[in-house]
Amino acid sequence: MTFTFNGLAQIAVYFGLIVLLTKPVGLYLNAVFEKKNTWFERVLHPVERGFYWVSGVKEDEQQDWKAYTVAMLIFSVAGLLLLYAIERMQGVLPANPQNFAGLDPALAWNTAVSFTTNTNWQNYGGETTMSYLTQMLGLAFHNFTSAAVGIVLAVAVIRGFVRRSGKSLGNFWVDLTRCILYILLPICVVYALFLVWQGVPQTFNGYTPVTSLEGFKQTLALGPVASQEAIKMLGTNGGGFFNANSAHPFENPTPFTNLIEMLSIFTFGAGLLYFFGKVAGNLKIGWSLFGAVSFLFLAGAVITLGAEQQGNPLLATVHATNAPLVQIDQGYHEYALAQPGGNMEGKETRFGIASSTLFATITTDASCGAINSWHDSFTPIGGMIPMLNIALGEIVFGGVGSGHYGLLMFAILSVFIAGLMVGRTPEYLGKKIEQQEVKMASIALLILPLSILCFSAFAVVYSHGVSQIANPGPHGLSEILYLYTSSTGNNGSAFGGIAANTPFYNWTGAFAMLVGRFGFVIPIMALGGALAGKRIAPVGPGTLPTSGGLFAALVVGVILIVGALTFFPAYALGPIVEHLLMLSGKSF
Amino acid sequence: MTTTTTTPTTEAATEALPQRTILQLVGRFVRPAIGLTILFTILLGIFYPLAITGLAQAFFPSQANGSLVYKNGQPIASAIIGQDWTQPQYFHGRPSATTYAADSSGGSNLGPTNSALLTEVQKNTDLVRKENPDVPDTTPIPVDMVTSSASGIDPDISVAAAYYQIARVAKARSLTQDQVRALIDSHIQGRFLGIFGEPRLNVLALNQALDKAQGK
Amino acid sequence: MTPSVDQPLVTGDAPKPQKGRIGRRQTTVRQPRQSISLFEPKILGRAVVDSFKKLDPRLQARNPVMFVVEVGSVVTSIEFLRSLVDSSISADRGFILTVTLWLWFTVIFANFAEAMAEGRGKAQADTLRKARTDTLAKRLPAGTTTYQVGMAAESVAAPQLRKGDLVLVEAGDAIPSDGEIIAGVASVDESAITGESAPVIRESGGDRSAVTGGTKVLSDWIIVRITADPGSTFLDRMIALVEGANRQKTPNEIALNILLAVLTIIFLLAVVTLEPFAIYSGNPVSITALVALLVCLIPTTIGGLLSSIGIAGMDRMVQRNVLATSGRAVEAAGDVDVLLLDKTGTITLGNRMASEFIPVGGASAADLAQAAMLSSIPDETPEGRSIVVLARDTYKVSEVGNDVQTGAMTFIPFSATTRMSGVDVGANGHAPREIRKGAADAVITWARERQAATPADLQPAVERIARAGGTPLVVAESDGDAAPRILGVIYLKDIVKQGMRERFDQLRKMGIRTVMITGDNPLTAKAIADEAGVDDFLAQATPETKMKLIREQQAGGRLVAMTGDGTNDAPALAQADVGVAMNTGTQAAKEAGNMVDLDSNPTKLIEIVEVGKQLLITRGALTTFSIANDVAKYFAIIPAVFVATFPQLQTLNVMGLATPHSAILSAVIFNALIIIALIPLALRGVKYRAVGAGRLLRDNLLLYGVGGIILPFAGIKAIDLILAALHLS
Repeated sequence: MTFTFNGLAQIAVYFGLIVLLTKPVGLYLNAVFEKKNTWFERVLHPVERGFYWVSGVKEDEQQDWKAYTVAMLIFSVAGLLLLYAIERMQGVLPANPQNFAGLDPALAWNTAVSFTTNTNWQNYGGETTMSYLTQMLGLAFHNFTSAAVGIVLAVAVIRGFVRRSGKSLGNFWVDLTRCILYILLPICVVYALFLVWQGVPQTFNGYTPVTSLEGFKQTLALGPVASQEAIKMLGTNGGGFFNANSAHPFENPTPFTNLIEMLSIFTFGAGLLYFFGKVAGNLKIGWSLFGAVSFLFLAGAVITLGAEQQGNPLLATVHATNAPLVQIDQGYHEYALAQPGGNMEGKETRFGIASSTLFATITTDASCGAINSWHDSFTPIGGMIPMLNIALGEIVFGGVGSGHYGLLMFAILSVFIAGLMVGRTPEYLGKKIEQQEVKMASIALLILPLSILCFSAFAVVYSHGVSQIANPGPHGLSEILYLYTSSTGNNGSAFGGIAANTPFYNWTGAFAMLVGRFGFVIPIMALGGALAGKRIAPVGPGTLPTSGGLFAALVVGVILIVGALTFFPAYALGPIVEHLLMLSGKSF
Repeated sequence: MTTTTTTPTTEAATEALPQRTILQLVGRFVRPAIGLTILFTILLGIFYPLAITGLAQAFFPSQANGSLVYKNGQPIASAIIGQDWTQPQYFHGRPSATTYAADSSGGSNLGPTNSALLTEVQKNTDLVRKENPDVPDTTPIPVDMVTSSASGIDPDISVAAAYYQIARVAKARSLTQDQVRALIDSHIQGRFLGIFGEPRLNVLALNQALDKAQGK
Repeated sequence: MTPSVDQPLVTGDAPKPQKGRIGRRQTTVRQPRQSISLFEPKILGRAVVDSFKKLDPRLQARNPVMFVVEVGSVVTSIEFLRSLVDSSISADRGFILTVTLWLWFTVIFANFAEAMAEGRGKAQADTLRKARTDTLAKRLPAGTTTYQVGMAAESVAAPQLRKGDLVLVEAGDAIPSDGEIIAGVASVDESAITGESAPVIRESGGDRSAVTGGTKVLSDWIIVRITADPGSTFLDRMIALVEGANRQKTPNEIALNILLAVLTIIFLLAVVTLEPFAIYSGNPVSITALVALLVCLIPTTIGGLLSSIGIAGMDRMVQRNVLATSGRAVEAAGDVDVLLLDKTGTITLGNRMASEFIPVGGASAADLAQAAMLSSIPDETPEGRSIVVLARDTYKVSEVGNDVQTGAMTFIPFSATTRMSGVDVGANGHAPREIRKGAADAVITWARERQAATPADLQPAVERIARAGGTPLVVAESDGDAAPRILGVIYLKDIVKQGMRERFDQLRKMGIRTVMITGDNPLTAKAIADEAGVDDFLAQATPETKMKLIREQQAGGRLVAMTGDGTNDAPALAQADVGVAMNTGTQAAKEAGNMVDLDSNPTKLIEIVEVGKQLLITRGALTTFSIANDVAKYFAIIPAVFVATFPQLQTLNVMGLATPHSAILSAVIFNALIIIALIPLALRGVKYRAVGAGRLLRDNLLLYGVGGIILPFAGIKAIDLILAALHLS
């Protein structure tokens, strides 16, 4: 492990900015979902009412967890089918200047599922496959709605946790509409314009050919990128307009945009934690979970940074240098930090090691999946941390919702396992954690390892599965593990070497995404529903403390021992052994 | 349907998913699903990008169209997209897994223990050594010069990588090394706020500056 | 008139027959229930046998964790048989056999833990069974309500009695079954059930009419209506309960079982999928190693001990002479937030003591003491006795030195109407001297009727006593010769039991609020509440207000525990989350509550709560420990199974275990032995300390969480060293 002062400073300053953003974002979420006045109420309220009127939504109707979940499922299916249809028919639809053909069924299905589930796994190259219409109508729509669905589900579950009476979790249609109109859309307008200012294109012109000073011919892929990019990051979608995603200079042109993109991944997750504390009537509850995930974030970011800055020792044999400080020749004067050093394969110069590893940690901590460097080319440990982040359920700040309720699941399990040790039926927020809650949390806990390990185990012994691997040896196992981890975790980032655009990977990947989204959400909603109807017991000296450092440490412990250790055997044969082999000078 | 109208804050209207007729279920779930899907598709898929495009074209027309750089009225590049440079008088960019195809971006995705990576880096190293014969072999090569970028169209090189090429460029342009170094130093883009990102040089800008300095 | 004067003479609770009070007071002395040592040879022997019987897969299937271990044992056993014929794995034969044996030990150890817990219950049950005599009962014709010597009774065996039958039980007879006395009164020896040797009085009507089968009538006779069919008598139920027959899993246990089952599935996935990953890596893992890894990872420690913890919890209740009708009640006891405690007998000693005579209106203390004593000589109540004692010992009034012919005294007993008692002393043809003592207002009225003045200093004295939590008894006399006058006030003091304040402080730290229930007026109640240190009180309590209080507390999300004995307590006992009925109480009360305290000691409630908490803590501690153990086991086994494929993985062998085989074996052996090592903890329970939840969590987390991570590293290493030293691997 090697660290530079600047690398650590980037992590620290970034984290400080997140801490500062948490409260205002949390308060704004509270205003939107508790129907307080927001800044946009005057302008957007008529639009909101109009949407309800056209869609037949009864604004005041309250839904219990089943109704809420059914509404979410039907809405998701509608969007899924719409995207599938658009993808298949894009060849005959307008706004297709490059005349791309319709997608084949497996890829279309995989992509439709991918965007519906907020995974945004890309088995296609954006600029070589998707027409502008598909990008806008199909993908942008899902970028908004799948993010909003994630947020409102988290809000609904939180309501179940804190409500003092009744069984309702709110109204899905209203929450969804308000989330998009009052939160995502206004921010995206500003965000997109900021991106354009920094250099992100926003045009409907076709691809532009250029000829360089040397006569080198190049075709610049363009498009309505900025509008897409804003929601891609804010909605922690991660599906890029281009194949290179946020590594592409047109998606992420400067370190400034990179910082904003990283901030936009964590903003809502952090804000939701504040919102949780706010509606629970005890801010410490939210901040304690914030503390727990902060530890996981910082530990992951630092390890990834150290591993990547250390670089690949195998490259020493070809006389390239990883050293962060380099003195060129006698005659040249020294320029401190003249090169980033470290493992620069698959990373951009403007981001170097620190901004790349930080991005990789953040995008997998939360359910984003955008990348600004290729995780497949990371060192084994540098690549393992992002994979593990996803495997834990992207609970670290959680992005838009999905990880957030994963974190609540771990909180429930922690409370149940250790809470007994104070001699009472464990309580969280004053609600007793009993059979139903434990059952639902356990089912949710089961989903990730079930899907990740089973699909991976099948793929590694299936000849076709193995044949699509790009990097031999233990790294190939990591590629397959990462694929199903990312699919099940609805992340969307990849060890991109694997050639996964095959029917086998398209179908199994799509299935993993569906299981990971809905197989997880439904028990969690049931958990929220079960808690909603419960009496709240007053907190006293005999109650398990569910805030403070001790509880945060407990949650971290449970996450690592119950969540992470499950993957230890598999990782031992993937990244861990690859790391040890790399150190011993072995390549494949 | 027995929808009780209450204020949203009261829970009185809680309804279990009931055994209602299909029609009522359609009214409660299907119609809103389809309605909102259509409305949001129009709002988010059409109005939103069109509005952004309008605003972008009005306020930032250059960036919105790809930050094109023109020479003699012909577009020669995007200012922020890397290009393949091979001639000795120009600074060269990083290796690209896609040979700088700007319509098919991507990286090599080679893993750290993949022997193909070692071969690739060796090949790049050999090329760098061959292109820069005046730099002693004992000088370590900056790692970004021999590893491929993430996008395949990385517009930048590290400061060290630029320094490494001074001798060749100066020689090809009959400039002193100090002149070239001064040019480099004046074109370094620092970190954002002094913290984020890395110091770097935009290859196109540097090469244009070279040409301009020599009146081309 | 201030409320303080409105007091009844006797304790505030509804007037009850005095015999009941006496019966209750006797409970202070009892023989401790036979305490069974943890490893009594008899139990041990039976447990060993049972642990093999429990290998039956149908029984194992109820415990998913141990079922997986058993299946794993079968798999490795088959693997061992295969190694006898298959040359490709014959080299590992010894290793496979050792692992197999230890896996079987793991299952047997877990069975043994359960059998031990059950064995202790069975031993208790055996003792109880001795009380269930198959005596002959004297069945009477239906409708009999009167007793005649030598009346006709049909002789039937006790098991043939049915609900509604009437039986006659005479001195020396065992009561054949549970029932209710409909006629007669008898002293009954209930030691078979309660362990208490002093006889209690049972009589028809009122709150003392219930009798239990297996107890013995010592004197007199009673006619009993049988209230239980054979097999469902109190004794039968008690035997079934302590024996653990038909033990239902409690809600918390079910929840924990679900979690353990899911964890088992997750580890099963992790292990099963490891084989394809290993095949991809070029070298499959042996089945024995996979099973060993699986067994080590799944939470066998808690899985093996879970049911013993539950049984032992019930057992600990029985040791305290409390019978819980369900494990659910024991668990609920741990969750209790509010304790409703009857003042009398729980917080205060059952009776009040006279502590001071306060003369008023110029009367002398001696006059008052003498009058008070006179009026109390025939008064057999504890209060009356204490007045005599006070007058004699402190005020030196002589019982015999008075010119009183006790024969001429007429005792006026207390009645709820007059709220006074006293004596009329007939003095040789004179008008009798009348002395009255009682509630202030009643005595004042009585005195006024006789034209006695109310001294100005009376009211302040009465109020002072009431405010201090005492009961003022006003004494007045009307002597035939002299003018009637009010002499003064007797200060009857409620004596708070020793150590109650500390007890309540402890409870407060545990997060439990105590509410004192009393029939006293609010002023008096407050004074005693303050003295005893309870958090709150309910004054002038009636069954209705009690019920209302419970409902309010429950609506606020709190769990309520209470004790009760009377029939009018039954609704509240049923409403409370933990309702402890006194064994001396009525059948209705016992049916309504979910626990019966055989000692009839209301203070027991506090112990009950502690047992409940202990049960939950033990469960949580062992679960945490079990899960924390996994860290070390991963580091023992994972390098061991793959080091052949990737020698570099030796780096992960942080414990420096000798060989792959010894590493796997050490982990398996540790995993099995830890179950045995923790049996005493599971049976005795983790010690409960009355400290706040925050500290308890911190301490237990350190001990069982962090300790659970560290201990196996040391344990596995130690076993590995021993194995290496013995050349066993």
